[in-house]
Amino acid sequence: MHLKYESTLREPLVDGVKDYHQVTEDIISPIEGKPGKLWYVGFFISLSLLGFGAFSVFWQIYFGVGVWNLNKTIGWGWDITNFVWWVGIGHAGTLISAILLLFRQGWRTGVNRAAEAMTIFAVMCAGQFPIIHMGRVWMAFFILPYPNTRGPVWVNFNSPLLWDVFAISTYFTVSLLFWYSGLLPDFATIRDRAKTKLRKLLYGVASFGWTGSTKHWQRHEALSLVLAGLSTPLVLSVHTIVSFDFATSVIPGWHTTIFPPYFVAGAIFSGFAMVNTLLIITRKILHLEEYITVGHMEAMNKVIVLTGSVVGCAYLTELFMAWYGANPYEFDTFFKYRAAGPLGWSYWIMMTCNVISPQVFWFRKMRRSVAVTFIMSIIVNIGMWFERFVIICTSLYRDYLPSSWSYYRPSWPEVGFYMGTFGLFFTCYFLFAKYFPVIAVAEIKSILKTSGENYKEKMEVYEGQDTEKFAHEVAHAH
Amino acid sequence: MAVKKFVVGLFDDEAVLFPAVKKVRTAGYKLHDVYTPFPVHGLDHAMGLRETSLHTAGFIYGITGTTTALSFMSWVFNVDWPLNIGGKPHFPLPAFIPITFELTVLFAAVGMVMTFCWLCQMMPGVKKHIFHPRQTDDKFVMVIELTEKTNAEEVKSFLTAAGAHDINEQKAEAGWWFGRFDKDDEPYLRKIQTANA
Repeated sequence: MHLKYESTLREPLVDGVKDYHQVTEDIISPIEGKPGKLWYVGFFISLSLLGFGAFSVFWQIYFGVGVWNLNKTIGWGWDITNFVWWVGIGHAGTLISAILLLFRQGWRTGVNRAAEAMTIFAVMCAGQFPIIHMGRVWMAFFILPYPNTRGPVWVNFNSPLLWDVFAISTYFTVSLLFWYSGLLPDFATIRDRAKTKLRKLLYGVASFGWTGSTKHWQRHEALSLVLAGLSTPLVLSVHTIVSFDFATSVIPGWHTTIFPPYFVAGAIFSGFAMVNTLLIITRKILHLEEYITVGHMEAMNKVIVLTGSVVGCAYLTELFMAWYGANPYEFDTFFKYRAAGPLGWSYWIMMTCNVISPQVFWFRKMRRSVAVTFIMSIIVNIGMWFERFVIICTSLYRDYLPSSWSYYRPSWPEVGFYMGTFGLFFTCYFLFAKYFPVIAVAEIKSILKTSGENYKEKMEVYEGQDTEKFAHEVAHAH
Repeated sequence: MAVKKFVVGLFDDEAVLFPAVKKVRTAGYKLHDVYTPFPVHGLDHAMGLRETSLHTAGFIYGITGTTTALSFMSWVFNVDWPLNIGGKPHFPLPAFIPITFELTVLFAAVGMVMTFCWLCQMMPGVKKHIFHPRQTDDKFVMVIELTEKTNAEEVKSFLTAAGAHDINEQKAEAGWWFGRFDKDDEPYLRKIQTANA
C-alpha cells in the first residue's frame, strides 16, 4: 500500500496505466521529436500577426498617437481595453499555481505549468499597451523613480497609474520566478535523458545544475509554498490596482467602490476561459488527454460559472446603485448611454456573453463536454473584452458637455496593435509548447500514486473493507 | 570540493526507500544524499535533515521591502522634493500602501529565489555529478559515501538486502564546478588529462 490514500470516489487525475517513467515519456517526448505540420502552420500565422503588430506600432510611433481614433472625449479606447483584458487573462495562471496550491487542490498539477506560461505571455502583451499609449515611448522610463538631473523630480506616488507600474512589473517578475523555479527539475529531467549534445548542453544550462537532492527538494518545496503565499495576495492586488485606475477617478460609471472585487472576479473568469482554450488545443495536439482530463476542464468550468455569476451580480449592483444613488449623471451613464444609446450594443454583448451564457455550466453534461467548453471559453473572452470596452468607452463618450459628445471606432493601427499582441502571445506559446514541458512532470509524479487511475483501482480492495478491520490491520502491519 | 568514493544504489519505489533510509542510519553508514525525481514528502525527516530556514530569509527580505518602500516614498515627498500635488498631504499613508505591498512581495520573492539558488549552489553553467541519469526520471538513487572505516563490499550487500538494485561504486566530485553537461569534464579528470598531455 502506498504512503498516502485518496478515496476512489474522487475522479483520477491521471488516466491510463502509468508509472513514473511513462509520465516522463509522455510529457517529454514531444519536446524531443520534430513538431507536426499544425505546429508550423500555427507558428507562422502567429509570427505574421506579430509582424503586422510591429508594423502598426511602428506606424503609431512614427506618425504619433494621432493615427489612433482616440479624440478629446475618448482618451482611452482599444489600447486600455486591451491592456485590462490581457492583464485579466494573466490572472488565472498565478491563481491556479498559488491559490490552488494553498488549498491543496491536486488537479492544479495537470494545468499549472501551461497556465503560468499563459500568465507570463499575457502580462507581456498587456504591458505594451500603456507604454505605447504614452505616445512618446522613448520617454517611457520617466515612469520609474530614478534619480534624474531635473531636480530630481520624482514620480507621483499618489497616482494609481504609478501603482500600476509597480503592480504589473512585480506581478511579472514574481510569476516568472515562480514559473521558472518549477521548471528547473523538469529541465534536469530533459537534460539527463537527452540523446543529442546540443540538447544536453542547453537544458543543462537551463536547469542550473539541478540534481534532485533531497535537501534541494526540501528547499524547493519551502520556496514554492512561500512564493504561493506571496502570490496569492499579489494576484488579488494587481487587478485591484488596475481597477483603481478607474475607481479613483470621478467619471460616472468608474467611480464605484465595488470595482476591485468585481475586476478580480472578472479577471479570474476570463483567465480560466483562456486556460481552457489553450489546454483543449494543447492536449489534443500533444496527445495529453490522459493528463489534462475532462475532470480538469470540469473543475475550471465550475470556477467559470462561479466567477461569471459574481460578475453578473456586480453588473446588477452597478445598475441598482446608479438608480439608488440618485446621481443624475451616473443614472444617465448607466441607463441612457450604457444599456442604451449608440454604444448600447456592446453592453448587451457583454451581458449575453458573461452572465447568461456561462449559466450552461450548471449542467454536468455541459461542463464535461469538450466542444461546449471550447466554444464557451471563446465566448467568455469576447464577453470580457466587451466588459472592459463598455466600462471605458461608454463612460467616456457622453461626458458632462453635450457639445463634446463623440463616438468611437478604432483605426487600423489600433486593431493591428491588438492583433500583434495575439501574435506575440501565440508565438511565445508555440515556442513554449515545443521546447518546454507543458505539464509539470515532477508534480504529476508526486500525485501519481494517490490519484493515478491504475493506482486507484488497487485501492478498491480497501474501500470495501470494514473501517475497524482496516484500522486493525494497519496497526498490526508488519 | 573534493573527490570522494561512493556506493550508489537504485530504488524503484518510495515505499521500499523509506525503510532503507532508516536502516542506513541505524547501521551508521554515511548517507551522502538521496536523489529523487520529485519531492518525496517526509524523506527529509527520515534522513534526519533539519528544517530549512528559507522562510525566515523570505520574511526578512519582505520586511526590507516594506521599509525600503515606505522610507523612500516618505523621504521623496517630505525631504527631497516636497511638492504640492493638489493640496494632498505629504505623508498620505493609504496612498503608499499599494506600492509598499508590491515592493514587499517583490523583495521577498526575488530574495528568496536568489537565496535558494545560493544555498543549492545553482546557476546557469553550474554542473554537478549525476550519479544515475534516471535520478530525475523514475529512480530513487541512494548514495552512500565511503570513508576509511567503511568496506565497499559490505555496503553493497547491505544495499542489496535493503532492496536496491544496479548497485555500483563511483569516484566523483562531491561539490559543484563550472562545466557543460554535454561533456565529461569533472575537475579531477581534467587534471589527469593535463598531466597525461
